[in-house]
Amino acid sequence: MKLSKFFILVLTLCLAVTVHAQSAPVQEPMVFESQLQEDRFKQLTQELRCLVCQNQNLADSDAQLAHDLRAEVHEMLIAGNSDDEIKQFMVERYGDFVLYRPPVQQNTYLLWLAPMVLLFIGALILRVNIKKRSALLESTPDETSENKTE
Amino acid sequence: MNSRIVPLLGFALLVVLLVVGLKIADRKTNLPSPLIDKPVPAFDLQVLGNPSQKMSNESLLGKPYLVNFWGSWCVTCRAEHPVVTELARLNAVYIVGMNFRDESDDALAWLKRWGNPYDVSLTDFDGRVSIDFGVYAAPETFLVDPSGTIVFKHLGQLTWDIVQTEILPRVAEMESGS
Repeated sequence: MKLSKFFILVLTLCLAVTVHAQSAPVQEPMVFESQLQEDRFKQLTQELRCLVCQNQNLADSDAQLAHDLRAEVHEMLIAGNSDDEIKQFMVERYGDFVLYRPPVQQNTYLLWLAPMVLLFIGALILRVNIKKRSALLESTPDETSENKTE
Repeated sequence: MNSRIVPLLGFALLVVLLVVGLKIADRKTNLPSPLIDKPVPAFDLQVLGNPSQKMSNESLLGKPYLVNFWGSWCVTCRAEHPVVTELARLNAVYIVGMNFRDESDDALAWLKRWGNPYDVSLTDFDGRVSIDFGVYAAPETFLVDPSGTIVFKHLGQLTWDIVQTEILPRVAEMESGS
Protein backbone atom coordinates (compact mmCIF):
# COMPACT_ATOMS: atom_id res chain seq x y z
CA MET A 1 0.00 0.00 0.00
CA LYS A 2 2.66 2.41 1.08
CA LEU A 3 4.88 1.34 -1.79
CA SER A 4 2.19 1.96 -4.42
CA LYS A 5 1.59 5.40 -3.01
CA PHE A 6 5.28 6.07 -3.26
CA PHE A 7 5.27 4.98 -6.89
CA ILE A 8 2.37 7.23 -7.69
CA LEU A 9 4.23 10.13 -6.13
CA VAL A 10 7.35 9.38 -8.19
CA LEU A 11 5.31 9.06 -11.38
CA THR A 12 3.54 12.33 -10.71
CA LEU A 13 6.87 14.04 -10.20
CA CYS A 14 8.22 12.59 -13.45
CA LEU A 15 5.17 13.83 -15.26
CA ALA A 16 5.58 17.28 -13.79
CA VAL A 17 9.19 17.38 -14.96
CA THR A 18 8.32 16.30 -18.52
CA VAL A 19 5.53 18.83 -18.77
CA HIS A 20 7.96 21.50 -17.64
CA ALA A 21 10.63 20.38 -20.12
CA GLN A 22 8.16 20.48 -22.99
CA SER A 23 7.22 24.04 -22.33
CA ALA A 24 10.88 25.11 -22.33
CA PRO A 25 11.30 26.74 -25.76
CA VAL A 26 9.73 30.00 -24.78
CA GLN A 27 8.43 32.05 -27.66
CA GLU A 28 7.37 35.60 -27.17
CA PRO A 29 3.71 36.12 -28.03
CA MET A 30 3.43 37.57 -31.49
CA VAL A 31 0.49 39.11 -33.22
CA PHE A 32 -0.02 38.46 -36.91
CA GLU A 33 -2.39 40.05 -39.34
CA SER A 34 -3.34 36.78 -40.97
CA GLN A 35 -2.89 33.04 -40.78
CA LEU A 36 -0.80 33.21 -43.93
CA GLN A 37 1.58 35.66 -42.28
CA GLU A 38 1.93 33.40 -39.28
CA ASP A 39 2.65 30.42 -41.53
CA ARG A 40 5.31 32.41 -43.35
CA PHE A 41 6.84 33.36 -40.01
CA LYS A 42 7.00 29.71 -38.98
CA GLN A 43 8.49 28.71 -42.31
CA LEU A 44 11.13 31.45 -42.22
CA THR A 45 12.23 30.89 -38.64
CA GLN A 46 12.60 27.21 -39.42
CA GLU A 47 14.78 27.88 -42.43
CA LEU A 48 17.03 30.45 -40.80
CA ARG A 49 19.92 29.37 -38.64
CA CYS A 50 20.56 30.66 -35.17
CA LEU A 51 24.20 31.68 -35.36
CA VAL A 52 24.95 31.43 -31.67
CA CYS A 53 23.91 27.80 -31.42
CA GLN A 54 24.71 26.81 -34.97
CA ASN A 55 22.78 23.58 -35.19
CA GLN A 56 19.47 25.10 -34.21
CA ASN A 57 17.14 27.21 -36.27
CA LEU A 58 15.62 30.49 -35.16
CA ALA A 59 12.35 28.82 -34.22
CA ASP A 60 13.99 26.35 -31.83
CA SER A 61 16.60 28.51 -30.22
CA ASP A 62 16.23 30.34 -26.96
CA ALA A 63 19.39 32.41 -27.42
CA GLN A 64 19.11 36.17 -27.09
CA LEU A 65 20.14 36.63 -30.71
CA ALA A 66 17.42 34.24 -31.84
CA HIS A 67 14.85 36.24 -29.86
CA ASP A 68 16.00 39.44 -31.54
CA LEU A 69 16.11 37.93 -35.01
CA ARG A 70 12.64 36.44 -34.59
CA ALA A 71 11.44 39.90 -33.64
CA GLU A 72 13.19 41.26 -36.72
CA VAL A 73 11.51 38.67 -38.99
CA HIS A 74 8.16 39.44 -37.40
CA GLU A 75 8.62 43.18 -37.87
CA MET A 76 9.62 42.78 -41.50
CA LEU A 77 6.61 40.54 -42.17
CA ILE A 78 4.24 43.11 -40.68
CA ALA A 79 5.97 45.81 -42.71
CA GLY A 80 5.09 43.84 -45.84
CA ASN A 81 8.50 42.49 -46.83
CA SER A 82 8.61 39.36 -48.94
CA ASP A 83 10.24 36.12 -47.79
CA ASP A 84 13.13 36.73 -50.18
CA GLU A 85 13.67 40.21 -48.83
CA ILE A 86 13.82 38.89 -45.29
CA LYS A 87 16.28 36.17 -46.25
CA GLN A 88 18.32 38.75 -48.13
CA PHE A 89 18.40 40.91 -44.99
CA MET A 90 19.84 38.01 -43.01
CA VAL A 91 22.34 36.98 -45.69
CA GLU A 92 23.65 40.56 -46.02
CA ARG A 93 24.49 40.48 -42.32
CA TYR A 94 25.38 36.92 -41.50
CA GLY A 95 26.30 35.37 -44.85
CA ASP A 96 24.88 32.36 -46.68
CA PHE A 97 25.56 30.30 -43.59
CA VAL A 98 22.37 31.68 -42.05
CA LEU A 99 20.30 29.78 -44.61
CA TYR A 100 19.61 26.13 -43.92
CA ARG A 101 18.68 25.72 -47.57
CA PRO A 102 21.77 26.78 -49.50
CA PRO A 103 21.08 28.82 -52.63
CA VAL A 104 22.19 27.47 -56.02
CA GLN A 105 25.13 29.69 -56.91
CA GLN A 106 28.71 29.44 -58.07
CA ASN A 107 30.20 28.20 -54.80
CA THR A 108 27.42 25.69 -54.19
CA TYR A 109 27.30 24.03 -57.62
CA LEU A 110 29.42 21.18 -56.30
CA LEU A 111 27.07 20.75 -53.35
CA TRP A 112 23.97 20.61 -55.52
CA LEU A 113 25.39 18.68 -58.48
CA ALA A 114 27.60 16.17 -56.66
CA PRO A 115 24.73 13.80 -55.74
CA MET A 116 23.56 13.66 -59.35
CA VAL A 117 27.12 13.13 -60.63
CA LEU A 118 27.68 10.38 -58.05
CA LEU A 119 24.39 8.75 -59.02
CA PHE A 120 25.45 8.85 -62.66
CA ILE A 121 28.84 7.30 -61.87
CA GLY A 122 27.10 4.63 -59.80
CA ALA A 123 24.77 3.85 -62.69
CA LEU A 124 27.73 3.56 -65.04
CA ILE A 125 29.54 1.14 -62.73
CA LEU A 126 26.35 -0.88 -62.35
CA ARG A 127 25.92 -1.06 -66.13
CA VAL A 128 29.48 -2.21 -66.69
CA ASN A 129 29.14 -4.86 -63.99
CA ILE A 130 25.86 -6.17 -65.33
CA LYS A 131 27.32 -6.43 -68.82
CA LYS A 132 30.35 -8.26 -67.51
CA ARG A 133 28.27 -10.72 -65.55
CA SER A 134 25.82 -11.42 -68.30
CA ALA A 135 28.77 -12.03 -70.61
CA LEU A 136 30.19 -14.34 -67.96
CA LEU A 137 26.87 -16.14 -67.57
CA GLU A 138 26.69 -16.80 -71.26
CA SER A 139 30.09 -18.42 -71.21
CA THR A 140 29.69 -20.32 -67.92
CA PRO A 141 27.34 -23.22 -68.87
CA ASP A 142 30.32 -25.06 -70.36
CA GLU A 143 32.43 -24.43 -67.30
CA THR A 144 29.74 -25.65 -64.90
CA SER A 145 29.20 -28.77 -66.92
CA GLU A 146 32.95 -29.26 -66.86
CA ASN A 147 32.95 -28.82 -63.11
CA LYS A 148 30.15 -31.33 -62.71
CA THR A 149 31.95 -33.92 -64.72
CA GLU A 150 35.03 -33.48 -62.55
CA MET B 1 43.30 -8.34 -57.36
CA ASN B 2 41.38 -5.48 -58.91
CA SER B 3 38.30 -6.32 -56.87
CA ARG B 4 40.29 -5.81 -53.68
CA ILE B 5 42.00 -2.58 -54.65
CA VAL B 6 38.84 -0.74 -55.71
CA PRO B 7 37.08 -0.88 -52.29
CA LEU B 8 40.39 0.00 -50.62
CA LEU B 9 40.76 3.04 -52.85
CA GLY B 10 37.18 3.99 -52.09
CA PHE B 11 37.90 3.75 -48.39
CA ALA B 12 41.07 5.82 -48.74
CA LEU B 13 39.08 8.47 -50.59
CA LEU B 14 36.51 8.55 -47.78
CA VAL B 15 39.27 8.98 -45.20
CA VAL B 16 40.72 11.88 -47.18
CA LEU B 17 37.28 13.51 -47.42
CA LEU B 18 36.78 13.07 -43.69
CA VAL B 19 40.13 14.68 -42.84
CA VAL B 20 39.50 17.59 -45.22
CA GLY B 21 36.00 18.01 -43.76
CA LEU B 22 37.37 18.15 -40.23
CA LYS B 23 39.98 20.70 -41.26
CA ILE B 24 37.29 22.89 -42.81
CA ALA B 25 35.07 22.47 -39.75
CA ASP B 26 37.87 24.05 -37.72
CA ARG B 27 37.50 27.19 -39.74
CA LYS B 28 33.70 27.23 -39.46
CA THR B 29 33.86 28.87 -36.05
CA ASN B 30 35.37 31.89 -37.76
CA LEU B 31 33.01 32.48 -40.65
CA PRO B 32 33.90 35.10 -43.22
CA SER B 33 31.74 38.15 -42.74
CA PRO B 34 29.71 39.24 -45.76
CA LEU B 35 30.40 42.80 -44.59
CA ILE B 36 34.07 42.82 -45.58
CA ASP B 37 34.62 45.43 -48.31
CA LYS B 38 31.13 46.79 -47.69
CA PRO B 39 30.28 50.18 -46.21
CA VAL B 40 29.96 50.19 -42.48
CA PRO B 41 26.28 49.90 -41.41
CA ALA B 42 24.73 53.25 -40.56
CA PHE B 43 24.45 54.10 -36.88
CA ASP B 44 23.70 57.15 -34.79
CA LEU B 45 24.03 56.28 -31.14
CA GLN B 46 24.24 57.92 -27.76
CA VAL B 47 27.65 58.22 -26.19
CA LEU B 48 27.98 56.01 -23.14
CA GLY B 49 28.16 58.16 -20.02
CA ASN B 50 27.06 61.23 -21.94
CA PRO B 51 23.58 60.46 -23.34
CA SER B 52 22.99 63.99 -24.57
CA GLN B 53 25.76 63.50 -27.12
CA LYS B 54 25.43 61.29 -30.18
CA MET B 55 27.88 59.88 -32.66
CA SER B 56 27.20 58.51 -36.13
CA ASN B 57 29.17 56.58 -38.73
CA GLU B 58 29.20 59.78 -40.79
CA SER B 59 31.06 61.72 -38.14
CA LEU B 60 33.75 59.04 -38.04
CA LEU B 61 34.56 59.32 -41.76
CA GLY B 62 38.06 60.38 -42.69
CA LYS B 63 40.10 58.26 -40.31
CA PRO B 64 40.57 54.55 -39.75
CA TYR B 65 38.81 53.25 -36.68
CA LEU B 66 38.17 50.05 -34.85
CA VAL B 67 34.68 49.04 -33.75
CA ASN B 68 34.78 46.67 -30.80
CA PHE B 69 31.49 45.16 -29.66
CA TRP B 70 31.50 44.56 -25.93
CA GLY B 71 29.22 44.23 -22.94
CA SER B 72 29.69 44.05 -19.20
CA TRP B 73 27.89 40.69 -19.35
CA CYS B 74 30.45 39.28 -21.75
CA VAL B 75 33.11 37.12 -20.12
CA THR B 76 35.35 36.98 -23.17
CA CYS B 77 35.32 40.78 -23.40
CA ARG B 78 36.90 40.85 -19.97
CA ALA B 79 39.48 38.34 -21.22
CA GLU B 80 40.40 40.44 -24.26
CA HIS B 81 40.36 43.70 -22.31
CA PRO B 82 44.15 43.75 -21.67
CA VAL B 83 44.79 43.41 -25.43
CA VAL B 84 42.46 46.31 -26.25
CA THR B 85 44.12 48.33 -23.49
CA GLU B 86 47.56 47.59 -24.91
CA LEU B 87 46.38 48.58 -28.40
CA ALA B 88 44.91 51.81 -27.03
CA ARG B 89 48.24 52.61 -25.41
CA LEU B 90 49.90 52.53 -28.83
CA ASN B 91 47.55 55.29 -29.96
CA ALA B 92 47.66 53.75 -33.44
CA VAL B 93 43.98 53.69 -34.20
CA TYR B 94 40.78 55.30 -32.91
CA ILE B 95 38.82 52.72 -30.94
CA VAL B 96 35.03 52.84 -30.77
CA GLY B 97 33.51 50.60 -28.13
CA MET B 98 30.03 49.37 -29.05
CA ASN B 99 28.38 48.64 -25.76
CA PHE B 100 25.51 46.43 -26.85
CA ARG B 101 22.59 44.83 -25.04
CA ASP B 102 23.84 46.28 -21.80
CA GLU B 103 22.67 48.57 -19.02
CA SER B 104 24.61 51.82 -19.08
CA ASP B 105 25.21 51.70 -15.33
CA ASP B 106 26.70 48.23 -15.57
CA ALA B 107 28.79 49.26 -18.56
CA LEU B 108 30.17 52.35 -16.83
CA ALA B 109 30.96 50.33 -13.69
CA TRP B 110 32.79 47.78 -15.87
CA LEU B 111 34.91 50.49 -17.49
CA LYS B 112 35.66 52.03 -14.11
CA ARG B 113 36.68 48.71 -12.64
CA TRP B 114 38.89 47.40 -15.45
CA GLY B 115 39.90 50.65 -17.12
CA ASN B 116 38.55 52.31 -20.24
CA PRO B 117 40.57 51.58 -23.39
CA TYR B 118 37.99 53.14 -25.73
CA ASP B 119 38.24 56.59 -27.26
CA VAL B 120 34.48 56.58 -27.15
CA SER B 121 31.81 54.04 -26.24
CA LEU B 122 28.40 54.09 -27.88
CA THR B 123 25.21 52.64 -26.47
CA ASP B 124 23.48 50.03 -28.62
CA PHE B 125 20.93 49.19 -25.98
CA ASP B 126 18.56 46.99 -27.99
CA GLY B 127 21.29 45.46 -30.14
CA ARG B 128 19.85 46.86 -33.37
CA VAL B 129 23.20 48.08 -34.63
CA SER B 130 24.84 44.81 -33.64
CA ILE B 131 22.36 43.00 -35.89
CA ASP B 132 23.26 45.32 -38.78
CA PHE B 133 26.92 44.46 -38.16
CA GLY B 134 25.99 40.77 -38.20
CA VAL B 135 27.35 40.31 -34.69
CA TYR B 136 26.44 36.94 -33.23
CA ALA B 137 29.05 36.52 -30.59
CA ALA B 138 30.87 38.91 -28.35
CA PRO B 139 33.37 40.33 -28.59
CA GLU B 140 33.57 41.10 -32.28
CA THR B 141 35.93 43.62 -33.79
CA PHE B 142 35.73 45.48 -37.12
CA LEU B 143 38.36 47.64 -38.74
CA VAL B 144 36.93 50.48 -40.82
CA ASP B 145 38.99 52.50 -43.29
CA PRO B 146 38.77 56.30 -43.74
CA SER B 147 36.18 55.95 -46.50
CA GLY B 148 33.90 54.06 -44.13
CA THR B 149 34.49 50.58 -45.57
CA ILE B 150 34.92 47.52 -43.39
CA VAL B 151 38.27 45.96 -44.25
CA PHE B 152 38.69 43.38 -41.51
CA LYS B 153 36.63 41.55 -38.96
CA HIS B 154 37.63 39.37 -36.07
CA LEU B 155 35.15 37.18 -34.28
CA GLY B 156 35.78 36.39 -30.65
CA GLN B 157 38.61 37.29 -28.36
CA LEU B 158 41.19 39.65 -29.80
CA THR B 159 44.75 38.47 -29.29
CA TRP B 160 47.94 40.45 -29.51
CA ASP B 161 48.96 38.25 -32.40
CA ILE B 162 45.90 39.36 -34.41
CA VAL B 163 46.52 42.99 -33.50
CA GLN B 164 50.07 42.72 -34.82
CA THR B 165 49.47 40.63 -37.92
CA GLU B 166 46.03 41.81 -39.04
CA ILE B 167 45.12 45.17 -37.56
CA LEU B 168 48.26 47.27 -37.22
CA PRO B 169 49.63 46.55 -40.75
CA ARG B 170 46.27 47.50 -42.27
CA VAL B 171 46.12 50.71 -40.25
CA ALA B 172 49.70 51.56 -41.25
CA GLU B 173 48.80 50.99 -44.89
CA MET B 174 45.80 53.32 -44.62
CA GLU B 175 47.87 56.01 -42.92
CA SER B 176 50.55 55.86 -45.62
CA GLY B 177 47.97 55.74 -48.39
CA SER B 178 46.09 58.84 -47.30
